[in-house]
Amino acid sequence: MEFFIISMLNGLSYGLLLFMLSSGLTLIFSMMGVLNFAHASFYMVGAYFGYTLSGWIGFWPALVLAPVLVGALGAVFERVTLRKVHPFGHVPELLVTFGLSYVLLELVQLVWGRTAVDFPPPEILRSSAFTLINHSVDGLSFVWGAAPAEACTAADASVRLICSPFPATRGFMMLVAVLMLLSLWLLLTRTRIGLVIQAALTHPEMVEALGHNVPRVFMLVFGAGTGLAGLAGVIGGSTFVTEPAMAATVGSVIFVVVVVGGMGSLSGAFLASLLIGVIQTFAVAIDYSFLSLAKDMGWALSAATQENSFAKLTLSQIAPILPYLFLVLILIFRPKGLLGTREG
Amino acid sequence: MAAVYKFKPYNVGRWVIWSLFALVLVFAPLVFTSNLSITMLAQMGIAIIACLSYNMLLGQGGMLSFGHAVYTGLGSYMAIHALNAVTDGKLHIPVSLLPIVGGLAGMGFAILLGWVTTRKSGTPFAMITLGVAELVFAMSLMFSEFFGGEAGVSGNRVTGQAFFGITFAQQIQIYYLIAVYTFVCVALMFAFTQTPLGRILNAVRDNPERVEFIGYNTQRVRYSAFIISGFFAGIAGGLGALNFEIVTAEVVSAGRSGAYLLFTFLGGATFFFGPIIGGVLMIIAFVLLSELTKAWLLYLGLIFLFMVMYAPGGIASLIMMNLRVAKFGKLRQIWTSYLALGLTAIVMLIGAGAMIEMVYHLQLNSALGDTVKFMGASLNAKGVDSWFGSAFIMLTGLGLFELARRQFAHDWGEIQTEIEKEIKRRETL
Repeated sequence: MEFFIISMLNGLSYGLLLFMLSSGLTLIFSMMGVLNFAHASFYMVGAYFGYTLSGWIGFWPALVLAPVLVGALGAVFERVTLRKVHPFGHVPELLVTFGLSYVLLELVQLVWGRTAVDFPPPEILRSSAFTLINHSVDGLSFVWGAAPAEACTAADASVRLICSPFPATRGFMMLVAVLMLLSLWLLLTRTRIGLVIQAALTHPEMVEALGHNVPRVFMLVFGAGTGLAGLAGVIGGSTFVTEPAMAATVGSVIFVVVVVGGMGSLSGAFLASLLIGVIQTFAVAIDYSFLSLAKDMGWALSAATQENSFAKLTLSQIAPILPYLFLVLILIFRPKGLLGTREG
Repeated sequence: MAAVYKFKPYNVGRWVIWSLFALVLVFAPLVFTSNLSITMLAQMGIAIIACLSYNMLLGQGGMLSFGHAVYTGLGSYMAIHALNAVTDGKLHIPVSLLPIVGGLAGMGFAILLGWVTTRKSGTPFAMITLGVAELVFAMSLMFSEFFGGEAGVSGNRVTGQAFFGITFAQQIQIYYLIAVYTFVCVALMFAFTQTPLGRILNAVRDNPERVEFIGYNTQRVRYSAFIISGFFAGIAGGLGALNFEIVTAEVVSAGRSGAYLLFTFLGGATFFFGPIIGGVLMIIAFVLLSELTKAWLLYLGLIFLFMVMYAPGGIASLIMMNLRVAKFGKLRQIWTSYLALGLTAIVMLIGAGAMIEMVYHLQLNSALGDTVKFMGASLNAKGVDSWFGSAFIMLTGLGLFELARRQFAHDWGEIQTEIEKEIKRRETL
């Protein structure tokens, strides 16, 4: 039971981190039709900015400042390059961001080196948010923060006692993502600039005719989207590991999220990120293969089958490919994505 | 049927160009005789086939694929397994036909995976190919029987029956095998652009909606092109397996797919011969540039960015534009601007290059001391004067380049209007 709860929460927090990234990507895509290939690179840059800034001014100011810097970088990139290739069509736009991902990766390796840097979360987030104690006699109980050592050691050997801590960084990640989701939703639906953005989404010429500077709105959206990626980077970098490969590990997964959720659908991206986060986390935690299934069912298998690498694969081993399998299945059975409206 | 006499002149230019291509393939190893250059030439042949097959998607079909290495890579794996089967005596085909096995494998996987990927076009297509590429790469680390795990699968190409005494023991023999395949594949792929399918593929790229209206299924057109492209990609992969005699999981990696995209685009996706330039550049960059400087990926990324922004047609389109200028005899008016542009650009790049090299030196091998050798000069990576000097050179170059660029843009625009006028005038004659 406590395994299920903790895994569920881990999966949800990972899914929410994915959503922080994919929301920016979806926003940029639905607005400008540009698939920002360098989105995960901005995530990486955010983590490194956060690392350097937290060394200078502490973690909390860095949490605010690093996303702002990344957003400014994104806005400048949009202004200088993306706007130039916009008239050529979508493929050159995609290619420009593809080139940028190479350049950003190399620059990060140039400045911060090729190995991982040590970017610890602040003191307050280093312990556990809460601990679940599973006592085989007393049942499940719940303690805020880390559980005291005596609560986790059974005095009696016959009593099964398991403490499952939930890290505070993960809780913080969930909190920030939910806050971000809420403020994004309020910004888009309740404010004037949000209405302009929504209108520019569908009727850019009309909005321009009404006197709004649509290219500037595009620049702001691109900056905001990359800023969100930067925010995710500071949190993800301090929770997991800050290294040049972090862009590649998360990059292809967020593209899967965007396709599975439906191109350009924000709620679809939300659903898909949670789904993929939970599926992947559970799969990693379960050490179960076809072979062990057969053993449990009491099937007799030949020696050749038992040596077959396909049958020996455990669920945790195939976890890395699950998002892509999911993508292929979605494309076959529901080509427009979970909540998508257009077939593109 | 009434016999209609059709005047069909020999396309002399085409014969000349294809003969020249064949001659270059035959005589290149006689000119560049060192071991390194023959290895590079062999790799160039493979890269040319791979880039051309990629351009069948990107340039001719408008399909931006991020997963082309899947088809070259799986072709490589099938070819090396077939080679090992020949060595074990389980399979009886000559070694020189093994690339065809790779091609058929690439085609088979394109039939299987292309059915999913070609359901979409444009940006979703790009993302799905990326997903499929990640899927295959992740699988390559899971199934070590087929993919050989970290060590890869190795083979020995000197096996089976010798064909006219050709055993492929020497590199030059494998080069000529690759050269023959390169020539045949390039010719076949050029022929493909002239077929009705090749033509309708261009139409699907330009205006899919109208193609649907005249009664074609765009998805089926894309799918067919994808399969054919997979076949040629597999041949390139099979040749690669024979050339290196080892296949590792790197051949299906995302980095490899990215390289095909990058160099096909740099060479020029809008002309048939563009990817040939791209393939040659790819090997030069991978073998020579990476030896020359550690910052080569940064330079490559920057070149790519500028190419997309200022010359979306790649090197091939630059060549064709200048050929047009030369054809109208205007090259004389502009060569001074070219000279100024080139010289100022070199000054600027020297400054920028010196600074980038110094930063890399500080980051990667600062243990070796502070001196950086750059173009014959030794710079002190921690000295203010080296930094100041490099920055000064770069900024001077940048300023002069901007001046030269304005003059050039002006001249270029004038020449283009003159050419337009000349074309109009000739039409009225």
